[in-house]
Amino acid sequence: MPIEVLMPALSPTMEAGKLAKWLKKEGDSVKSGDVIAEIETDKATMEVEAVDEGTLGKILIDEGAEDVKVNTPIALILGEGEDSSALKNGGSGPAPKAEEPPAKAEVEAKSGDKSPAKVESAAANPPQPMAQPEPDVPEGTEMVTQTVREALRDAMAEEMRKDDTVFLMGEEVAEYQGAYKVSQGLLDEFGKERVIDTPITEHGFAGVGVGAALAGLKPIVEFMTFNFAMQAIDHIINSAAKTLYMSGGQMGCSIVFRGANGAAARVAAQHSQDYASWYSNVPGLTVIAPYTAADAKGLLKSAIRDGNTVVFLENEILYGQSFPVPKLDDYVVPIGKARIARPGKDVTLVAWSIGMTYALKAAEKLAEDGIEAEVIDLRTIRPMDTETIIESVKKTGRIVTIEEGWAQSGVGAEISARVTEQAFDWLDAPVTRVSGKDVPMPYAANLEKLALPSVDEVVQAAKAVCYR
Amino acid sequence: MAATAAKAAPRKTAGKSAPKPSAKNASGTSAKSASGANAKSPVSNGALKFSKDEELRAYRDMLLIRRFEEKAGQLYGMGLIGGFCHLYIGQEAVVTGMQMALEQGDQVITGYRDHGHMLACEMDPKGVMAELTGRRGGYSKGKGGSMHMFSVEKQFYGGHGIVGAQVSLGTGLAFANRYRKNGKVSLAYFGDGASNQGQVYESFNMAKLWKLPVVYVIENNKYGMGTSLERASSTTNLSHRGASFDIPGEQVDGMDVRAVKAAADRAVKHAREGNGPYILEMITYRYRGHSMSDPAKYRSKEEVQKMRETHDPIEMVRKRIVDGKLASEDDLKGVDKEVRDIVNAAAEFATNDPEPDPSELWTDILR
Repeated sequence: MPIEVLMPALSPTMEAGKLAKWLKKEGDSVKSGDVIAEIETDKATMEVEAVDEGTLGKILIDEGAEDVKVNTPIALILGEGEDSSALKNGGSGPAPKAEEPPAKAEVEAKSGDKSPAKVESAAANPPQPMAQPEPDVPEGTEMVTQTVREALRDAMAEEMRKDDTVFLMGEEVAEYQGAYKVSQGLLDEFGKERVIDTPITEHGFAGVGVGAALAGLKPIVEFMTFNFAMQAIDHIINSAAKTLYMSGGQMGCSIVFRGANGAAARVAAQHSQDYASWYSNVPGLTVIAPYTAADAKGLLKSAIRDGNTVVFLENEILYGQSFPVPKLDDYVVPIGKARIARPGKDVTLVAWSIGMTYALKAAEKLAEDGIEAEVIDLRTIRPMDTETIIESVKKTGRIVTIEEGWAQSGVGAEISARVTEQAFDWLDAPVTRVSGKDVPMPYAANLEKLALPSVDEVVQAAKAVCYR
Repeated sequence: MAATAAKAAPRKTAGKSAPKPSAKNASGTSAKSASGANAKSPVSNGALKFSKDEELRAYRDMLLIRRFEEKAGQLYGMGLIGGFCHLYIGQEAVVTGMQMALEQGDQVITGYRDHGHMLACEMDPKGVMAELTGRRGGYSKGKGGSMHMFSVEKQFYGGHGIVGAQVSLGTGLAFANRYRKNGKVSLAYFGDGASNQGQVYESFNMAKLWKLPVVYVIENNKYGMGTSLERASSTTNLSHRGASFDIPGEQVDGMDVRAVKAAADRAVKHAREGNGPYILEMITYRYRGHSMSDPAKYRSKEEVQKMRETHDPIEMVRKRIVDGKLASEDDLKGVDKEVRDIVNAAAEFATNDPEPDPSELWTDILR
């Protein structure tokens, strides 16, 4: 039997990529370890090695093919004694066409996990938000489709062009072009004085960034993921967030800490925590968690200009997702303002960041059953736009919060408290939370899926508060 | 902002006109001991010579810190100062000598034992004392307290209560200086206790890697709270702590302000000229406990007494001034009186200034 060579995943969250180049041709003999092809995503290139000896019998995916799904057979290798007649038995037929655009494609982070992974979550097939990115955008503004990753990069580049005290530092942000390719191209444009690769030393470089901010610069400090920022949290809170107050307003700290937050896919407990509620507990911090590319861009620009300590929580799974972004010279989104992503009258769903993928899909399903859900994208966790939530609850009388983080002392718990305090008389049902389960994130695919919220859980919760 | 207080003695001349001390350890990349075999003994090195102006300035500046801290101790005893209060008594020569080597615009950052550093940076004693008593005229409007004071104007960046944090932050100040190419140097002070914190070494690495203009001043007063250096550190020559990063370091007699100034000149020059960081281990001693509530049972009264009698940084300068007839006893009494007046005025202000307005609770959280 010929051996199938499968499209490999570059990272736990990659679903598809481009077959950039064949380095061997049909009929070439190959041995284990030979590089036979190159594949690439929008952020990385990787070589495909043969794992068996034999002859490259048939190339199933042509050079240059895009959106090749992970695990698709791309070639057949004939073993000893096999000839091309054996190909009839193996995988054959035309190269499978990619059915949908890739949801995401990442290289491995520090964990180095390269195993292929299938992700079945709401995020894999993102619903498009219904509302405009921002009501303030002038009528007729041209929209361009951008990934969240590109939008974040553009936000940084625009602010760096405008203000030479803004610089970016972090692990792999410069020469590697970003571990998740968010800083792609910035080194070329701004040079190594302003796009700075740091050693792997989160506590130290967070402190260096804060020190530079105390001296009046405006650092953007990238954490490869916020899981690693636990080593640096002392500087974020004690050195950055509290200094303006401790100095009686004399010395502030204009700094943005940004990076991927929350669960990615199949990276288990230490790489999958959502820190939104941790940071949102601290006065002196501003905490932002955007969902759309437009919000990612507009809010990151606002964050860089804000003058305070901002924790900007991104999401690895959202990096590769595309959204319409207004084509404006200076598109900013105000901090602390929620967005009604989908209007409705029966139940309020509040989410942010990747939680929005569950909320919007659930709203679609609920609509099929005649329940009109109002979906609020909170966007900023602190300061929280309580007013928008309360106004919505006064209309619907019911609210479900959605987050991937844990329920206890979570952001949903905070929203619940505020709604209970400020809109108790309007509530027709208990405030209900859908959240990550109260366990460390498991590795196994099925357990991981169980640990995260699901669209069905949101639908059930919404129906429950509607007594249906 | 703090109330404006009477500016003390002229001091802008310092550091420039003085004869340069010998710079025998100015270069070299390996850590070495500056003041010879035993840095703990008072150095009687003829090369360490201060001008009359320098001796008088050092005397006055150290005395101001001493009297200020004694007063702070008193006010603490009276219940006017709350919380933690870490006095700098005994260590005055370190900040005084270091400051004499700085230029306008150079930055200073330190840990929680910070009153001396603020006074050395010419911050207003009234504003510092009023912050200790938690009054509205304090540098932080009463919201920071003993360990959290700052002055953008005087380039003093705190005042940090988390042991070791100021080392990374001070490295960041140096980063900003290099980013702006402004030729300024930052001093990051920390104690022997902090010298075992991980972020110290993370900072050393980046500072050397990026050639940042920072001088790390380790104030080794022999005890991290109640634990002696020997019980806390596998190696006790802290000037060697940069060896893995190829950062030069030297041990300095931190009780002799002239030795401090000479070492500071070398270190600051090294950093300012783009050679990267430099470590100075100041062998010093605090006379009081770690904080006001520390009875200091971990060391003998004799140990402290001996230090005060034979190595007191202020007495040593005073003796040189008198012996060298640089000033008369009357002149020195005049200095003593001037310092006492400043300190009394600060205490007076800090006692009578009102507490912050309750509305201040909600200000300065974001800007």
